[in-house]
Amino acid sequence: MTRGEHLRGKTAFVGAATFGCGESPGYTAIELAAEAARLAIADAGLTPSQIDGLFICLPSDFFSGLTIAEYLGIRPAMTNNSRTGGSAFLTHAEWAMLALDAGLIDHALICYGSNQRTGAGKLVSAQMPSLFEAPYHPNNPVASYALAASRHMYEFGTTSEQLASVAVAARQWANLNPEAFRRGPLSTDDVLATRLVADPLHVGDCCLVTDGAAAVVMTRADRAKDLQKIPVALLGAASATWHFEIAQLADLTVSAAKESGQRAFAQAGLTPADIDVVNLYDAFTINTILFLEDLGFCPKGEGGPFVASGQIGPGGSLPVNTNGGGLSFCHPGMYGLFTIVESIRQLRGEGGDRQVSGAKLALAHGNGGTLSSQATCILGLPETV
Amino acid sequence: MTSAPPIATYFQHLSEGRFMIQRSASTGEWVFYPRIIAPRTGATDLEWVEPSGLGTVYAATVKRVKPPAKNISIAIVELDEGPRLMTHVQAMRAEEVFIGMRVRAKVVDGPDEDKIVVFEADRAE
Repeated sequence: MTRGEHLRGKTAFVGAATFGCGESPGYTAIELAAEAARLAIADAGLTPSQIDGLFICLPSDFFSGLTIAEYLGIRPAMTNNSRTGGSAFLTHAEWAMLALDAGLIDHALICYGSNQRTGAGKLVSAQMPSLFEAPYHPNNPVASYALAASRHMYEFGTTSEQLASVAVAARQWANLNPEAFRRGPLSTDDVLATRLVADPLHVGDCCLVTDGAAAVVMTRADRAKDLQKIPVALLGAASATWHFEIAQLADLTVSAAKESGQRAFAQAGLTPADIDVVNLYDAFTINTILFLEDLGFCPKGEGGPFVASGQIGPGGSLPVNTNGGGLSFCHPGMYGLFTIVESIRQLRGEGGDRQVSGAKLALAHGNGGTLSSQATCILGLPETV
Repeated sequence: MTSAPPIATYFQHLSEGRFMIQRSASTGEWVFYPRIIAPRTGATDLEWVEPSGLGTVYAATVKRVKPPAKNISIAIVELDEGPRLMTHVQAMRAEEVFIGMRVRAKVVDGPDEDKIVVFEADRAE
């Protein structure tokens, strides 16, 4: 028996929201997260007091579960502010799925917020450098991802132009998303003309630094059908951790997304060919290539030509990061939750100009640390359950 | 259990100018960074051994800095014994470090309080 197979479709996302994406001067991270939470709870047709499972992870508040429970005036039976980096929110969905299915809770809220752009002016991360990296003062996180990119280029002939084409596709999607922070024309030459930060990665290969917040609400399938929006079923959720610091990753061209993806697909009883929309954590352009390979959307080593072929942009065969991703939509630090929100919006048909016609199945994928923690969720419309 | 705290021992060796790593007596596996137990096997019979100092650049990037400061090599070197570590490849332009190049370890003063292990092109080969 496949592990977790019985969990397929037992829970659903019934509320989703974003708030303050881009710049929200004056707001604290908690205020941004709380407003996204309010919007997501209202989107579900619930009230805050009905939330009995709380999942959150903020950049610099290590007790954020306690803070947000107090702020919202709720008394959750389960509070979880576990942190695996930007993948945390997809692992939260995995844990919420288990707790809901077990009947320990009825309504789970997963939320996030950060004011890193207007508050700090740079990436705010709780990640401490390891004792064996710190003496070399790598410009992390970009240096670690650049090392992975260097190895991918060495082994597979991946080019800077192919990396840049990931940023171009993200911008093309962002140009269809009025909420996106960076909009306007962008070519591969434009990306390659930006300053090198850590070879081979340029500024244009790096995600944005923005403010922003997101939240989703989950419940069991039996309750979900009575709420106001189309319930988006969680068909599979799985995670995997292989290392922390980049030098300890056995093969820099293969991430633990390979395992999280395999487990999530097995739970869902699906294959990559079934997926209509992919939203993955594109902290750097190499991430999109690595994750598309590791999740099985193209063979290992062929990610470069695949992304350069135009297949991941608007009109392509595999729409990827339809909100514009962390590269052009928003990136308030730990971006993972936005991959779930965009997947929900696409499946509900709320995508506006960027709507992928007829989308029934979506994959959301989060990354934490330096390719360290990977988590995959597969979502579907009720008819796919 | 090793007789002394592994991390403190490692940096003590470095302060004496020696690059020492661990090896499991039972499995023969070399271990870096220093640990209480060997990864995967859980072996506790880790001994301090001096590696050959030779290795190969496994991944390489260049930390771009504002001129007139020189760009800095950030690399992962795979020791001939197997383990990998983050390091600098020095005594050459950072932009010219390449994957696959043979390198040799050297203990030098680091930017902070501790000495560090860096690598230079191995000209003997």
